[in-house]
Amino acid sequence: MSVEASEVQRIAHLARLAMDDEKAREFAGGLSDIFDFVEQLDGAPIEGVEPMAHPLDAEQRLRPDAVTEPDNREGFQAIAPAVEGGLYLVPRVIE
Amino acid sequence: MEWETVIGLEIHAQLNTVSKIFSGAPTAYGAEPNRQACAVDLGMPGVLPVLNQGAVEKAVMLGLAIDAEITPRSVFARKNYFYPDLPKGYQISQYELPIVARGHLDIELEDGTIKRIGVTRAHLEEDAGKSLHEGFELMTGIDLNRAGTPLIEIVSEPELRSAKEAVAYMKKLHSLVRYLDICDGNMQEGSFRCDANVSIRPKGQTEFGTRAELKNLNSFRFVERAINHEIERQIDVIEGGGSVVQETRLYDPDRDETRSMRTKEEANDYRYFPDPDLLPVVVDTAFVNQMREKLPELPDAKRARFVEQYGLSDYDAGVLTAAREMGDFYEAVAAGCGAPKLAANWVMGEFSAALNRSEVELAEAPVNAEGLAGLLARIQDETISGKIAKEVFEAMWNGEGDADTVIEAKGLKQITDTGAIDAIIDEVMANNPQQLEQYRGGKDKLFGFFVGQVMKATQGKANPAQVNERLKAKLDG
Repeated sequence: MSVEASEVQRIAHLARLAMDDEKAREFAGGLSDIFDFVEQLDGAPIEGVEPMAHPLDAEQRLRPDAVTEPDNREGFQAIAPAVEGGLYLVPRVIE
Repeated sequence: MEWETVIGLEIHAQLNTVSKIFSGAPTAYGAEPNRQACAVDLGMPGVLPVLNQGAVEKAVMLGLAIDAEITPRSVFARKNYFYPDLPKGYQISQYELPIVARGHLDIELEDGTIKRIGVTRAHLEEDAGKSLHEGFELMTGIDLNRAGTPLIEIVSEPELRSAKEAVAYMKKLHSLVRYLDICDGNMQEGSFRCDANVSIRPKGQTEFGTRAELKNLNSFRFVERAINHEIERQIDVIEGGGSVVQETRLYDPDRDETRSMRTKEEANDYRYFPDPDLLPVVVDTAFVNQMREKLPELPDAKRARFVEQYGLSDYDAGVLTAAREMGDFYEAVAAGCGAPKLAANWVMGEFSAALNRSEVELAEAPVNAEGLAGLLARIQDETISGKIAKEVFEAMWNGEGDADTVIEAKGLKQITDTGAIDAIIDEVMANNPQQLEQYRGGKDKLFGFFVGQVMKATQGKANPAQVNERLKAKLDG
């Protein structure tokens, strides 16, 4: 198995996801299968191939610097779990 | 043990575009919470970022101004971390291929020598929102107006050797971004922020010591104080037999101390990878040349020109060119009164003192360049003396009208009529027979007494050079 349950736990922690050990072992197995599958690419001949930053051979299009988005706070906040005074509320976080 | 300090700065400058880096929402400061946060800024499912050309232009202008390499194909990457003011769960930044690579900035040290500081890189990224922890029961309020505001992060080489050098570098960069008009430089509003990496090593050692990263340095004064504190703390730790740990420390200006925020073990693993939503950004030679055309005269060039063109000292030229607006103001005053040195003395002296006293910005000053030039012209044509001019200036500052109006209203016009001056001198001589006798008996120092009496009798309005000349003639005659 290429991915350990402990690594799954660490990544879950970085994303603030709670995960019990059984689930972590299950994901470690699934992720390992995926990595093993992808690992086949290591055998591909890539000599002389330029690394790519994107699969499409295209350039980023630029947008003129202009305000085009109207205020839609009420619309967005209608579907938020909790708001107050225009702010989105989340469980307290203090770093 | 003699210690050497090693400092590198990371400066975040908000680019002053009207819209965000990846969305068409406005970037104005101080709006009601979340009125400037659109679906892209909120990280709604299905949205896609589209890069703002204005942000790319401003980044390239900065690169050119610090003589840096402009990367022909730069790449945006996702910097992953979890925090509620970052709704997507990642910040779009640049990692391996930043838009600006390797440049430099020259700073002036206290002894006047110039030191060249390397700039490792400058990359484009988006700002995060703001978390408000106060005022909610067990909750945190999130304002995403700032989310997506374009930032350029400018990273220096670890070549700064003292807190003073760090401040000089920061001020130089601050002046530069305002000259370029790519950032408003407002530190209180967070438009220009600084993190400092600080370490110490025994003098002569080439390897670096373990560094601490100081955050939240939002004024020049804090940068200097926080770095000096951190140097002392690290020396104490090492000389007490301990070792510095790699960590992030937060500066608390109220207590004037730094405290640990997180250590290396707790540090985030950002898992950078190229953002599949954005294609490589291509900046070709034509684009770079177009930006080069747009560059204004930069501070160092302007300073050299002021010395050359106006005959100012290097120091004065440095003061007058530190901010672009001040340089423009000075040039307008100098042109308006035709006396560049007099203009320099007044702009740096009375005028700057009045700005500080009234705590107003140059643009809001009650006396504009034209007004000040008008006053200085009256010194030039000897309508008033320099001393009276200060009184006139004060009145102008208080809104009593332009120089001519004030001079007229207060009757401050200089007395240059020789007959009138002679009459006053005669009167002073007649009223002070004892001093006159002593003076004529050889007590030369009393000359000053007579000048004083004449000026007093004319309320300072007599032309000083004429008074001197006429007095000399009459006293000795």
